[in-house]
Amino acid sequence: MNAPTQKLTRKDFTSDQDIRWCPGCGDYAILATLQRTLPALGVSRENTVFISGIGCSSRFPYYMDTYGFHTIHGRAPAVATGLKLANPELDIWMITGDGDGLSIGGNHMLHVLRRNVDLQIMLFNNRIYGLTKGQYSPTSLVGLRTPSTPMGSIDAPVVPASFALGAGGRFIARTIDTDAKHLGPVFTRAHEYRGASFIEILQNCPVFNDGAWSHVKDKEIADESQLRLEHGQPMRFGENKGLRLNAKTIELEVVTIGEDGVTEEDILVHDESNKSMALLLANLEPPRFPIALGILYCDTDAHPYDQAVHAQVEHAKATSKVDSIDALLRSGHTWTVE
Amino acid sequence: MTSASKGSKLHRGRNAAQTRDTYAYEDMNMDGGASPNKLEREELDSVVIRFAGDSGDGMQLTGAQFTHSSAMVGNDLSTFPDFPAEIRAPAGSTYGVSGFQIHVASHDIMTPGDAPDVLIAMNPAALKTNVGDLVDGGLLIVNEGAFTKGNLKKAGYEQNPLDDETLAAYRLVKLDISKHTLAAVAAFDLGTKEALRSKNMWTLGLVLWLFGRDTKNTEEWLGQKFAKKEVVRDSNIAALKAGHAYGETAEMPTGVHIYKVPKATLSPGTYRNVTGNEALAWGLVAASKLSELQLVLGSYPITPASTVLHALSRLKNFGVVTFQAEDEIAAVCAAIGASFGGSLGVTTTSGPGIALKAEAIGLAIMTELPLVVIDIQRGGPSTGLPTKTEQSDLFQAIYGRNGDAPLPVISASTPGECFFQAIEAARLATKYMTPVMLLTDGYLANGAEPWKIPSMADLTPFPVEFAGSETPDFHPYIRDDETLSRLWPRPGTPGLEHRIGGIEKDRASGNISYDPENHHLMTKMRAQKIANIADDIPELGIEEGEDTGDLLVIGWGSTHGAIRQAVRRARKEGVQVSHAHLRHLNPMPKNTGELLRRFKRVIVPEMNNGMLVKILRGEYLVDAKGINKISGQPFKVAEIVSAIHDHLPAS
Ligand SMILES: Cc1ncc(C[n+]2csc(CCOP(=O)(O)OP(=O)(O)O)c2C)c(N)n1
Ligand code: SF4
Ligand SMILES: [Mg+2]
Repeated sequence: MNAPTQKLTRKDFTSDQDIRWCPGCGDYAILATLQRTLPALGVSRENTVFISGIGCSSRFPYYMDTYGFHTIHGRAPAVATGLKLANPELDIWMITGDGDGLSIGGNHMLHVLRRNVDLQIMLFNNRIYGLTKGQYSPTSLVGLRTPSTPMGSIDAPVVPASFALGAGGRFIARTIDTDAKHLGPVFTRAHEYRGASFIEILQNCPVFNDGAWSHVKDKEIADESQLRLEHGQPMRFGENKGLRLNAKTIELEVVTIGEDGVTEEDILVHDESNKSMALLLANLEPPRFPIALGILYCDTDAHPYDQAVHAQVEHAKATSKVDSIDALLRSGHTWTVE
Repeated sequence: MTSASKGSKLHRGRNAAQTRDTYAYEDMNMDGGASPNKLEREELDSVVIRFAGDSGDGMQLTGAQFTHSSAMVGNDLSTFPDFPAEIRAPAGSTYGVSGFQIHVASHDIMTPGDAPDVLIAMNPAALKTNVGDLVDGGLLIVNEGAFTKGNLKKAGYEQNPLDDETLAAYRLVKLDISKHTLAAVAAFDLGTKEALRSKNMWTLGLVLWLFGRDTKNTEEWLGQKFAKKEVVRDSNIAALKAGHAYGETAEMPTGVHIYKVPKATLSPGTYRNVTGNEALAWGLVAASKLSELQLVLGSYPITPASTVLHALSRLKNFGVVTFQAEDEIAAVCAAIGASFGGSLGVTTTSGPGIALKAEAIGLAIMTELPLVVIDIQRGGPSTGLPTKTEQSDLFQAIYGRNGDAPLPVISASTPGECFFQAIEAARLATKYMTPVMLLTDGYLANGAEPWKIPSMADLTPFPVEFAGSETPDFHPYIRDDETLSRLWPRPGTPGLEHRIGGIEKDRASGNISYDPENHHLMTKMRAQKIANIADDIPELGIEEGEDTGDLLVIGWGSTHGAIRQAVRRARKEGVQVSHAHLRHLNPMPKNTGELLRRFKRVIVPEMNNGMLVKILRGEYLVDAKGINKISGQPFKVAEIVSAIHDHLPAS
């Protein structure tokens, strides 16, 4: 990636367009943190591209003074894949919502992850369809009343991080819209990763699903309800709590250090490269468990798809005996009429 | 009808429709009625051969090899492979019959022929489903060995047709091909099932003999194909040679003799056989070279388009990137992403895939990005007739999107033309910053013809210029005054950072705009840009006949050969009729209306229920009449000749 000639600032990444999100929308905080993080990543504006689908969240590219493409509902992963294949030098951020990325675009999300295309995927999970005025989404909880579920939703929700792991995603993270101190470093790590990095951002939609994440975000309970993962560190949260593996049931359990003979030794240590552990962590949710935040999984052995594609092209160029189109057209059986 | 007598003596008309079939052989100099000695060579201008057998009998391979040997001896040819949708339908069933028809001639021909003069039927089902097409007096070779009780029953024969008078109208040659094949490969110690796999090669050997050809080419081909499987190679060669030797030595029934089709006089040049899909793939690679753009193909497998994906996947040495997407939507979206990135984005599919791509094509129209969309049409709607041909996506191509969403639509008329139309599609797409739809069909995709190989030096390059960093007052919708085409700014270019998307954009800044007046003007602008292409394409010419007169037959796409041949034949009879063929369907050539109005009557043969005819009537207010065939089969020349007669103005 090209190094910028001079040091850029947040302003350089801010476009001149008026932002059209509702006041108080979590999307503002995400935008601000990313605009602040990008200069530190040493990226250039011209090589940075934002690709989105459709939804409130997908308006994001218009506010970034980089290249951007606001595509169609659910299809951003495919457009981004094509762009990356055309020019692997580009640094692509994909913006999507819980509806865009997991409903209409669920199939494409599966495939962009399993292929491991080198881009950053930011999924704004507000557990609602914002843009279309508040219908339930694939991440909405059972019982949620919306215009299309007046008697409450009966659809079982999908857990984005769990889906992404199941799809073969190699970098899976979860973070919170308004927690810039957590969000920024997650962006940095995702950007560093060579492959598809999937970031679920818990986002509040104050208009149609206010407080969807208050059971994990609210200050008073945050300590108890959030497990902040750090590679190599014990999985501790709350005052004295931690996670322990029950080897008999192969399930995680919440324990308190100092109670029932539990010591620091019993607490699991986070290992980003452990996929089995990541699968267990992805599905934890209050009230029984804290929600896992940070880098749940990072597989550094995987190869990006776009590189493999171009390696084949280069190999074919280097080894082919047919070196021109004229030769191609004349390969095989031909005959000449005098 | 004046011409029943013009057919050869072999073709005794059975009814009116069949009488017309005889037109195909009118120039055929066939003296065969007189039961010549088998060593006598019968010289023919043209002959139509059909191989028919079970899907597992290898008829497509046999046909392809016979095609190849015909090309080698310098015949003009045209082929029509016709196979079932099932990969391996139950053996012996009528719906599992696979056919390959080839027309070889000593003059230029344009269709695989209306009806076979020679039919090879490998089992009762193949006989049952094909013999009705064989001309009266035609040569019928059957594999008697497959006429078992079980196979007869599966084909619906109550009684063996080889034993009664059912086939009296034909020159029947009954051979136990199965037995002969087993004998020929006896030395190889194969199981019966495996040994019988060489039946098709034995048959090919015999047919090669029948046309006075040797087996050398096919032996070479088998040598290459099975280089690593010696037993397969050698047993097939043994069967091939045995079939050929059988022809030379065995006592043939009266009336069976060697045919000779002299060389065709083709214009000088280097030739090869080419199918439409091969030509298409090569045309796309050529377009990439001529535009100086990397080719990025997004595609999802579908009959009959998959072979283009296969062919391009083997051409990575030309910098081609192929992406087998998870579905057609992802395929077109990846191509759009690639175009946004400054590559030549291409997507290939058939009708159902186009339906899925419609929304994304609208995105490319709105964002004014170049994109080549290729629809290799098949029978529809829905899954329809996946392995059969049709032209029923014309409306979908021209109109099938939400909003006012015009795009250029072009078509190819012959397999070889697929090459040039792929280039034309890319030229229009990049010059006008628009998706372009290229229509071919299953018949062109799989059919082969000898093709005079073009030289890259003779093709006009159209190198693309991207917007540069220095563009003054840059915004993405700055347009060229003449073409109305917008700039193509490529991500990675400093200073041109911009955002595009499916939401309407302000014409003067490229930012989102919901302004009513702006949307009105932008819609008009997009339409005008496409309409202007009429100034950039050749006028509609006359393929055959005068440019004014009693009757014009106008078509598009793969009906070209049948229409042309039919018009020629009618003209020989003294009928005043002309042929015009559209290659640009939207916009149409500027002179289209004027040309149509120079004829008293206009007929439009189409393999659909009437699409072009409605457009011509709607656009040009002419009383054009549709001639429609929706059977999944191409038009026969005789069918169009008959339509010509039916529509001549009363004189
Ligand atoms: C093909 C298509 N179907 C439906 C829509 C309507 N639509 C736009 S956004 C959206 C849901 C967006 O929800 P989400 O992805 O969660 O984004 P949010 O607005 O919540 O950020 C829907 C249904 C559309 N634009 N296109
Ligand atoms: S509807 Fe909800 S998600 Fe959309 S902008 Fe408003 S607050 Fe944000
Ligand atoms: Mg949402």
